[in-house]
Amino acid sequence: MAERSFALEVQDLRIGAGETFRGEGILAITKALLQSGVGYVAGYQGAPISHLMDVLSDAQDLLAELDVHFESSASEATAAATLAASVMYPIRGAVTWKSTAGTNVASDALSNLSSGGVKGGALIIIGEDYGEGSSIMQERSYAFAMKSQMWLLDPRPSLPCIVDMVEKGFELSEASSTPVMLQVRIRSCHLHGTFVARDNRRPIMTLDEATRSPRRDLSRIVLPPAAYVQEAEKLEQRWPAAVQYIREHRLNEFFDQPDADVGLILLGGLYNNTLRALMRLGLADLYGKTDIPLYVMNVAYPVIDDEVVEFCRGKKSVLVIEEGQPDYIEQAIGRILHRARIDCTLHGKDMLPMGGEYTVGVLTDGLRNLFVADAPDLLDGTARATNQPPITCTPQIAALKDSVPARPAGFCTGCPERPIFAAMKLVEKELGPHHIASDIGCHLFSILPPFNLGATTMGYGLAPASASAFSGDSRRKERERKRTIAVMGDGGFWHNGLTSGIGNAVFNKNDDVTIIVDNYYSAATGGQDIPSSRSTPASRSTHHPISRAIKGVGVKWVREIDHTYDVGRMREVLNEALTTRESGPKVIVASSECMLNRQRREKPLKRKALKDGKRVVTQRFGVDEDVCTGDHECIRLSGCPSLSVKPSGDPLKEDPVASIDQSCVACGNCGEVADAAVLCPSFYRADAVVNAARSERWKHRIRSALIASVQRWREARRPVFS
Amino acid sequence: MTVLLRENSAAVATKPISIAVCAMGGQGGGVLVSWIVSLAEQCGWIAQSTSVPGVAQRTGATIYYIEIAPADPAGRMPVLALLPTPGEVDIVLGAELMEGGRAMLRGLVTPERTTLLVSTHRSYAVEERINPGDGRIDPAPVYDAAAFAAKKVIAFDMEQVAKEARSVISAVMLGALAASNALPFPRKAFEDAIRNGGIGVKPSLAAFDRGFARTTGDMPEPAHPVAVEQAVAPFSPSGVAAFDALLHAAAGLPSGAATMLDAGLRRVADFQDVAYADAYLALVREFALKERAQGMPELTIEAARHIANAMAYDDVIRVADLKTRRTRFSRIAAEMGVAAGQPLSITEFMHPRVEEVLGLLPSGLALMLEKTGLGRLLMGRFLRRGWRVRTDRLRWFVLLSITAELYRLRPVSLRHKREMRHRDEWLDLTRAALEQDYDFGVEVLRCRRLVKGYSDTHARGLSKFDRVMTAVGVMVDRPLLQGRAAVWTRLLREAALKDPEGTALEAALARFQRGAMA
Repeated sequence: MAERSFALEVQDLRIGAGETFRGEGILAITKALLQSGVGYVAGYQGAPISHLMDVLSDAQDLLAELDVHFESSASEATAAATLAASVMYPIRGAVTWKSTAGTNVASDALSNLSSGGVKGGALIIIGEDYGEGSSIMQERSYAFAMKSQMWLLDPRPSLPCIVDMVEKGFELSEASSTPVMLQVRIRSCHLHGTFVARDNRRPIMTLDEATRSPRRDLSRIVLPPAAYVQEAEKLEQRWPAAVQYIREHRLNEFFDQPDADVGLILLGGLYNNTLRALMRLGLADLYGKTDIPLYVMNVAYPVIDDEVVEFCRGKKSVLVIEEGQPDYIEQAIGRILHRARIDCTLHGKDMLPMGGEYTVGVLTDGLRNLFVADAPDLLDGTARATNQPPITCTPQIAALKDSVPARPAGFCTGCPERPIFAAMKLVEKELGPHHIASDIGCHLFSILPPFNLGATTMGYGLAPASASAFSGDSRRKERERKRTIAVMGDGGFWHNGLTSGIGNAVFNKNDDVTIIVDNYYSAATGGQDIPSSRSTPASRSTHHPISRAIKGVGVKWVREIDHTYDVGRMREVLNEALTTRESGPKVIVASSECMLNRQRREKPLKRKALKDGKRVVTQRFGVDEDVCTGDHECIRLSGCPSLSVKPSGDPLKEDPVASIDQSCVACGNCGEVADAAVLCPSFYRADAVVNAARSERWKHRIRSALIASVQRWREARRPVFS
Repeated sequence: MTVLLRENSAAVATKPISIAVCAMGGQGGGVLVSWIVSLAEQCGWIAQSTSVPGVAQRTGATIYYIEIAPADPAGRMPVLALLPTPGEVDIVLGAELMEGGRAMLRGLVTPERTTLLVSTHRSYAVEERINPGDGRIDPAPVYDAAAFAAKKVIAFDMEQVAKEARSVISAVMLGALAASNALPFPRKAFEDAIRNGGIGVKPSLAAFDRGFARTTGDMPEPAHPVAVEQAVAPFSPSGVAAFDALLHAAAGLPSGAATMLDAGLRRVADFQDVAYADAYLALVREFALKERAQGMPELTIEAARHIANAMAYDDVIRVADLKTRRTRFSRIAAEMGVAAGQPLSITEFMHPRVEEVLGLLPSGLALMLEKTGLGRLLMGRFLRRGWRVRTDRLRWFVLLSITAELYRLRPVSLRHKREMRHRDEWLDLTRAALEQDYDFGVEVLRCRRLVKGYSDTHARGLSKFDRVMTAVGVMVDRPLLQGRAAVWTRLLREAALKDPEGTALEAALARFQRGAMA
């Protein structure tokens, strides 16, 4: 069950030719896939394309009607391998993932796929996670396209263009027997806009038809000598075919001004921001009309030599606008111009920054540099001068640097992972610090305050592997050594961790500790189901316990904790794992449901129960202000958004006291931590019962009356002064 | 060429209206954006919105961005940007004070264009919350910056208004936006956008209405809630004659310290009895007599505050007393919104250590049990795990009440003896410091702030306090130049409050050894 439901929106995917589609980028892409007659779609979730997977998942009925197969792949490698269905059969297939992280995982299959080539259109939709809001290392996916010779589309961020490129991408793939990558940037995925729809199409051949009459062709299989033949074919047939298709169908766009002598060569994805930068310099209007010649490369790879020559000929200079590094396109164009002996100055990363997102501000500065150098007449005085210094340089605004706190993403209110790290903190106090290898997933927030736990993150499902070097020489195991801890999520475990982490640890007689954080979902990517999920979706098989898989690959020491909020138990088990004399990998599976998902599941049920007059217990934690001394130790072991501070309201207490707000979901972490860490008796849990039975109400009434009489009696004997 | 272009485009829109929503994940920024988009489209405008999916949902700061432009008569589509550009934003909606600050820090708010709508409530960042002392950041620079940077500022506690309407902050923000006239759409169009959204329409409309009224001034700003301690004048009689006599006596001390004296007297009397409060007053009076002639009576204030804290220490008896009070029961009931007769249970998370329980016993017996290890042997088993105490159950309630009644035995307990000795040592140092200079004495009193918490936290605070006191002792023995001792004491105390482990304090003490004592 994913975090966001698209059940309503997917109805829009049914609209027919001529109707206007309104919605987000990911929905537009889904609609474009259906309009292209796609036969199957697979993928692995991850921002910014998680929601594309969620949309497809919610659109299963429609997909079934159209004979489209949809799969939530186990990993990006699985998804990429799925495209093998398009090698022998004229079936269009699409896969999707987050890049470059996912493309790294997928590249084994992609290399093989692109070597053999495809018959049916194969489209790889990558969410290019680069720039502000990204959650991964800053790299370009471009290199994958170049090294495997796959074509890379980078459409203008407007829904009609993106939709068009999806459809053309399939055609290009088929025309050149080459898989095509289509990249959408972070903000394009959630870009709200409109486009005019076409009818959905059924695939030309269904997967069922394919398996009924299987085909094989030795020349498509990557094995020498075919591999050498394929390399030649790539260069001599597929490349020219692609160039021809791209030119004929004008995938790249020319906005030329014959008499202008400075031009811009830009990637489609950067079109909107570039146009806005030109508008700021007084060189374009809101509707994209500009006097500056533009060559918009909706096809980022391959670079079409003839088009470049055509555009640059007669110009004094051109500026290449491509985000990130290396400057592959600038290099390619330099080669083209040099070989064609075109006397046109090539600008690129000399005017624009080598790395980082090209925001409108960055582009404005780069373009201003360009025009000041090569076409100063184009700019009027105000545009040429950098006018007044930016407002951020004024003392009033600069002073905010010390005031505005950093606010990185963190564990949600009630997150079941928080108590795991609280327990680790407590164990650290006893046994000293350990080397901790982190993974990819929500649990990586442990590296931030207040926990500050975790030294490295090497990739999805790779935490145990990334600690394996420390396990040392297995023959010297009897010597006292300090164990390492690897923390891996259930998502990472099923993605890759079972084999490369746990299997590897068993095989190499590793002696270290792995904690598997099992929150029932692939939570960080938006709560998608995985094999160990406890939900029962109709189209997937779940309920496969992680512990069984671990024992299956040979781990002897396995401890399961089915309630992570029990900080005391968590601490004991972790302590045992770190100190036991037993050799071999020690794996702790710590399970509790992701609170975001749990709330989303339970809230409607509770609302309904309340409405139906059923007995409902409302729980919340609280802090007794007069007992709290304001030392904030509880917060340092929690960081829960609902556990904050507030003024003490007591002149005797200078420091603010802890306070729990209305957003508390009563997970129990703060009470458990206060107990396990022997912090303070300030925390309490209040349970209010709504629609209680008559007998329960009476019992409560009698109890309250007795308590109140004791209270009054004591007050009478000893006055309360404060 | 460019001039021509500008003239041509004069008839149609030349610039979009750009709107940035700066919020924290989970605040409903996405809903606000969808309302604004739907609003613009209903009115025949073209709208484009973008957001960052992914981990930003998990409570981190995030920006949503919207550009809208009127439909072009010629049917052309505008080219809209994906990210806000400094200097080019018309409307910034900050869903929390510091998020508004962050928008300004990014240069998104400029005096030529920007209407800044910001909720003034604070949601403290982790770095503000984890400080052992008071880590909250002073919000004043954000207000100053807003007054300087924005064309127009609309700032009020939108979170509070949302709570009053039992709705979410996004609806209040939309109301404020509608009332700000920053968008060329009528109020009804805003309300229609909420209706078309289809979820939580009624409470959202109510919150919208309140947001609108607060912005136009139709709903008055709530008067600042009068702080509780000022609601009642200091030294108001309690009805207990002996105690009221003390209050009367305290009224004769420097009037600037009245609030603190009043609070201190009540706390100490509440902790033990009126006689104990009398002892407290005697100590405070001793310092009040050394009060300086002019300025705030800081010595009296700090003596009143910290001697009260030292005398009303946090022990098991006090906790049991506070946990069983009638006022507490009704406060929790009110917070949970339960009606009379509605079942409400209260579970405490208590984990007293052997030390705390031993501390309750008469000092001779306790010392014997402590030294022989017999105490741990006898009690350890029961105190290994924490207790879940159901205060609403008669059995537990009576047990806690009996514990609270143990206050009668408190004066002879081991804990009390230790606390009093500790207090007296500290006050002796203070007296010595005062003889050197006034400020030094005040600073030594203020160090009491380091002692807080329970169990380990208390022990750690105490050890920090003791280390600072050792340094104070050195300065008392070897007087520094005028004023330097006070400065050093303050620096050491501030360092001790910086981190729980005392790393900053260690560094400061090392500096002290090298610098002051060299």
